[in-house]
Amino acid sequence: MILDDFMMRATLAGLGVACAAAPLGSFVVWRRMAYFGDATAHAAVLGVALSLALQISVFAGAMAVALVMALAVTLLTGRGYAMDTLLGVLAHSALAFGLVAVSFLSGIRIDLMAYLFGDILAVSTGDLAVIWGGAALVVGLIGWRWSGLLTSTLNEDLAHASGIDPKREKLILTLALAITVAVAIKVVGVLLIAAMLIIPAAAARPLSRTPEGMAFAAAALGAGAAVIGLRAAYMFDTPAGPTIVCVAALFFVATSLLGSVSRAG
Amino acid sequence: MPGLFGKGAGMSLLSLQNLSVRYGASTVLHDVSVTIEPGEIVTVVGPNGSGKTSLLRAIIGAVTPSAGRVTRKPGLRIGYVPQRLHIDPTLPITVERFLRLPGPVDKRACLKALEAAGVPDLAARQMSGLSGGQFQRVLLARALINLPDLILLDEATQGLDQPGSAAFYRRIEEVRRETGCAVLMISHELHVVMSASDRVICLNGHVCCEGTPEKVSSAPEYRALFGSGTGGALALYRHDHDHAHDGACDHDHAHDHTEAAE
Repeated sequence: MILDDFMMRATLAGLGVACAAAPLGSFVVWRRMAYFGDATAHAAVLGVALSLALQISVFAGAMAVALVMALAVTLLTGRGYAMDTLLGVLAHSALAFGLVAVSFLSGIRIDLMAYLFGDILAVSTGDLAVIWGGAALVVGLIGWRWSGLLTSTLNEDLAHASGIDPKREKLILTLALAITVAVAIKVVGVLLIAAMLIIPAAAARPLSRTPEGMAFAAAALGAGAAVIGLRAAYMFDTPAGPTIVCVAALFFVATSLLGSVSRAG
Repeated sequence: MPGLFGKGAGMSLLSLQNLSVRYGASTVLHDVSVTIEPGEIVTVVGPNGSGKTSLLRAIIGAVTPSAGRVTRKPGLRIGYVPQRLHIDPTLPITVERFLRLPGPVDKRACLKALEAAGVPDLAARQMSGLSGGQFQRVLLARALINLPDLILLDEATQGLDQPGSAAFYRRIEEVRRETGCAVLMISHELHVVMSASDRVICLNGHVCCEGTPEKVSSAPEYRALFGSGTGGALALYRHDHDHAHDGACDHDHAHDHTEAAE
């Protein structure tokens, strides 16, 4: 069977994450939520530790903690601390508590590196199902609310005037972010999830004329980075997750140069 | 009784009854009653921080009033032009795509709205590449696209030069004439908008006074100061607040509004 090949499973996992990350990452870039994505991803380490301790699914644990984190940030914003301070406190505390919690799990032998940087080559068929299920959920959620999300991203009052509640749209993004973090842990690890969100979307910007175009271009670039990154990791025997991010970063450099050339010309 | 201009309350597009809005401990609007009738152009003036924007935000439902009521005519369609619209440079969007937000709108309606706003040729352009005047007209086109009964403009000509804003307000008047919609606008540029307004409301946390621009511009102190050529702008800013206010007003009533006149 085709899924018996670990490279094939890894490629499919990478493509799934790229598809979920592209539309969400576009919103993260437009709304300047990059650090918010980072904080949510870091919190997932605590989720991993808890789910290993409680012997529940890592996906479920990571998603639950990521969601709590994202909701906490959303609720605490505008209550005396600047957003970046708040995120700095929450993100790094969650990461630290997560790492400490993992150290208590002496009975269980876990490879921490696998959660920090991903272990895409160890993706099982079951993992694939979760990744693609989660990705479909994220794409469906964002596709369903696309107009409302876009309108409230442009201007909250404009959204109100059109009968859209920006708070609800924000909650939907928060939920999508938590799902994406949970499914991307295995592929790129918590430290590089934000990279998969932001870099393909940023690389797609100079190529796009409409918001939809940017989301699709981000998906294509993310998918390309996943495929090429995996081949490169195989050839040069480098860690797969970081190699994928490196390829995405090269795409970013290339499209930025292209963008500045076409602007100058 | 300020604000009660409507004769048949059932016919009004919009009525605010004893509306109060507070942000935390500070009350920005209190006991404001305003009624908007079909087809009229109403201008709200007032110094900075007088609650003008909060008034519009209460009407569109972006702030919840702490007291009072906002009553819309059933099925009322509102077109809203915000004070400032910053589109992040990372967000690519063409004028046509912007006009289609959030509802599905066909291409003909987009082009028609752009024409009505006086910028027929911009559909394919990037929003980020527009000049200030073009941008404001595209915002107007978006407000017009669902054929509104009421257009709300929040200092829609901010950043435009005087001929630009004069042309913008002439356009608003034409739109009103063509479509019969009512207009409620906030403006600092009274000299430009006065002649186009049916009614002017002076707001400073509450409705200080209101009336027709003619009434204001025929005031003797206005003629003495400015003659009759400027459309009555500064007269309104110099009027006397000699009427009694009931309720607790904690703000300074000695304002002469000159900061807003520019």
